Amino acid sequence: MANNSITTIFAQTQDTRLATPGMNRATIFFLITIVAGLSCGVASFFFGHEAIYNNTREVPWGMLISTYAFWAITSTGLCIYAAISHLFGGTRMAIVSNRMVWMSIVCILAAFATIGVEIASPHRMIIYNILSPNPTSNIWWMGTLYGLAVGCMIVEFFGIITGLARIAVILGTAGAVAEVLANSCLGGVFATLPGRPYWYGGQLPIYFLTAAFLSGAAATVLFNHLAYKIRGEEMSEAVKLGVKSAGKAMTLVLVLYSVATFWRLIMYYVGGAELGRIAAGALITGPLSVNFWVLEVCVGLIIPLLLIILSRLENVGMMALAGLLILVGQFVARYDLIAAGLLVPASLGWDNVPTYLDYVPSIFEFGVIIGSISVVAFGFLMGERVFGKVFDQKEHH
Amino acid sequence: MNIKDLEKEENEGIDTLPSEERRKFLKMGLAVTGVFLGGSVLSLTAVKSARAVDSVIPAEGQYPYSKHYGMIMRQNNCVDCEKCLDACRETNHVPVGHGAWRTTIQERLTTVDDVEQREFRPILCNHCNRPPCVRVCPTKATYKDPETGIVVMDYKKCIGCKTCMAACPYNARYFNHDKYAIDKCNFCIDTRLAQGKKDTACVAVCPAKVRIFGDIKDKSTEIYQLLHEPDNKIWVLRPETGALPNVFYMNA
Repeated sequence: MANNSITTIFAQTQDTRLATPGMNRATIFFLITIVAGLSCGVASFFFGHEAIYNNTREVPWGMLISTYAFWAITSTGLCIYAAISHLFGGTRMAIVSNRMVWMSIVCILAAFATIGVEIASPHRMIIYNILSPNPTSNIWWMGTLYGLAVGCMIVEFFGIITGLARIAVILGTAGAVAEVLANSCLGGVFATLPGRPYWYGGQLPIYFLTAAFLSGAAATVLFNHLAYKIRGEEMSEAVKLGVKSAGKAMTLVLVLYSVATFWRLIMYYVGGAELGRIAAGALITGPLSVNFWVLEVCVGLIIPLLLIILSRLENVGMMALAGLLILVGQFVARYDLIAAGLLVPASLGWDNVPTYLDYVPSIFEFGVIIGSISVVAFGFLMGERVFGKVFDQKEHH
Repeated sequence: MNIKDLEKEENEGIDTLPSEERRKFLKMGLAVTGVFLGGSVLSLTAVKSARAVDSVIPAEGQYPYSKHYGMIMRQNNCVDCEKCLDACRETNHVPVGHGAWRTTIQERLTTVDDVEQREFRPILCNHCNRPPCVRVCPTKATYKDPETGIVVMDYKKCIGCKTCMAACPYNARYFNHDKYAIDKCNFCIDTRLAQGKKDTACVAVCPAKVRIFGDIKDKSTEIYQLLHEPDNKIWVLRPETGALPNVFYMNA
């Protein structure tokens, strides 16, 4: 099978049921929004980052970094669940794990697309990440490990579609390990900065990993639901069981993540660095409070939990809605985490600086965000169209 | 023997005490005194080493560079004339706008004994011994100069990830749009020190002698003497970050 030409492989993997004018229109629409959205970011290389993005000396990172973190974290989650299913076989989620591997690749590509236009000189990164690596830098490890992970997953996916089960399992495991380590280093980027007390500390990398388990499960439920929605078909019982398993994982981690969020914020009010407390205040009562209470807590945690309870872990549609809301909450949570750490000026008390600096993402930044969401939507549709049969297989090994 | 029986005994006096007993008593006295004296000496030693640990000034043996450059600000001498800002901008070709500066002067109003006072504080890169910016840089585009300990940039390696800007506790870094890389104060290492000059542009121009620059390891320098004058109260900015800065502050 491995010797077959690409056309033959695609002939066996594609789902012709999705070759409809509606699907084509949607795919082209997302392709156009990718080009339009990412063009906003590419413009920064021509007109200068300072002219396109609203970042400043004091607030050097913004919505692009948080969106990068969101997609990277979601990718890690999807990859972990897929690897667990592949490795231990017996889990009910195994039946949808091929789709999860594909979506994990798509999400990390969305993350790369976002950070690719956020970094001022990505061409230097390609050269000097190799020629002049800094082993103490979390950013270096994170980039290298995510690069390694996506390489492993692409080969893994090739193994899946060509039926090379052994390659798929080995590379899938290696990819998942690289994703977890990369996720940990992503947490470490923020957690190891003593100058930013809101980020500093050992909890953050674990918090990021918890977020990965939450986002990954939510994405699994959502994308599987959508995959059957666009086909206008009912899930088979086996797929339904797999999605329900993901729903259970989503519920469990939702509780764990809520507990971690609660304690994380309480910590700033019992002592420690003043700048950390002020940053936490940005979420509780300050400029990010609507984001936090309405979007992070209500939309992202409480309503999904209620929906899950109402669904009795049976109604997949309702669980998929919960998954979507969790992802919205997680997206905002990443933004709030980045923003709160940077909005408190280091020179507080001098120069009449406000307690919270002003940062609102520019229209170009929103453009890039739309572009990155479109990457995921386009990747999802293309995956279903081109590899749909592989995603639906009962036994993929 | 019961104490009441002892009371009934007749006092023997000290004349009958054998000299061995006397020597024993004296030895015990010396031992007690010795313990107290030794303890006092030890406690003094402990205090001395505690000071070295707690102090923001590096102690002997804590200078990893052959020339360990630092700066001390005599903060209350600053009158905010901003000559240092202009000299720095001119010498180091710092672009105008987009928050680009290598050194600046902060200002605040304080009230002392019901009298409002305007306070100025010059700031710049602290050239830390444990610089967070250097640790986080993925490509070693920023590093400690191995001879002087000055935190410098290798612009061609800078990918513009801005992690160093987020990591710096002192807001000392900015994006230089001309170089399309992060930039920062480098104690004029390329523009003045390389030409044999002994100070930085901001130091040379300061009319109030606020800024004193030099090798903090060299006992003959003014900065060494200011740092080690017992009457001077020396502080650094944001010591809690553990960055071990080499820019110090005092009031003249």
